Amino acid sequence: MTSRRNFLIAAGGLAGGAEFACAPAGAQATPAAMQEAIRKVTGPSRVRSGRVKLDLPPLIDNGNSVSLSVAVESPMTPADHVKAIHVFTEKNPLPNVVSVYLGPRAGRANIATRVRIADTQTVTAIAETSDGSFWSGSMHVVVTLSACLEEGLI
Amino acid sequence: MANAVVNVPATTRRGEIIEIKALVRHAMETGFRRTQLGALIPRDIIRQFVCLYNGVEIFRAELHPAIAANPLLAFSTVATESGKIEFRWTGDGGFSLTESAAITVV
Repeated sequence: MTSRRNFLIAAGGLAGGAEFACAPAGAQATPAAMQEAIRKVTGPSRVRSGRVKLDLPPLIDNGNSVSLSVAVESPMTPADHVKAIHVFTEKNPLPNVVSVYLGPRAGRANIATRVRIADTQTVTAIAETSDGSFWSGSMHVVVTLSACLEEGLI
Repeated sequence: MANAVVNVPATTRRGEIIEIKALVRHAMETGFRRTQLGALIPRDIIRQFVCLYNGVEIFRAELHPAIAANPLLAFSTVATESGKIEFRWTGDGGFSLTESAAITVV
């Protein structure tokens, strides 16, 4: 029979072998990189704030898995609907998070997913409507344990 | 355990807006992490997710490394007719997975 002590030693060895060290925080997007990524999506069009409600927990304990939902006010008819929703971050290694494409068949312009948040920052969602206009909504989040970017954590 | 779990109401009324949830088992390795020896772990993520309702695309998502492991996507659609709702995930390293669910519209 395995004694408690032996079991703990074996478990510790397994955990140590399986863990990976985190990457040094060399790669990081900047607010400017986020603006650049947003411009790639919107082109020269003006982005107006409003109509987009981005929802994240304001205080995040663990950035590795954070619920994110976006709701856009839209009648979702063939004449007036949301074509796409894009989510961007300022300080993750890459500014893009997710891009979704929907249409009048969605019924509601609501989506939800789970994301990684690297640091205390502002997250932005941009919605593109069928008439070609862009709307945005932002939220500032505070992160206590970031999504695996610190050096020498493990 | 299945590699993908999808949640679609089995029966619904015509015209009703239904919520669809799709969860897939995948590590979503970001490509920014290193091993203890300092070697960069190559990126291995799901790049695209497509949902088809009786063969017609109703929802598409492009995923980036900022999506958490085991990607979950929740979205909605209007129940128009009975049939099959198909889910397709494709990603790095030739990753490809298909799942489907039947829906009855009364």
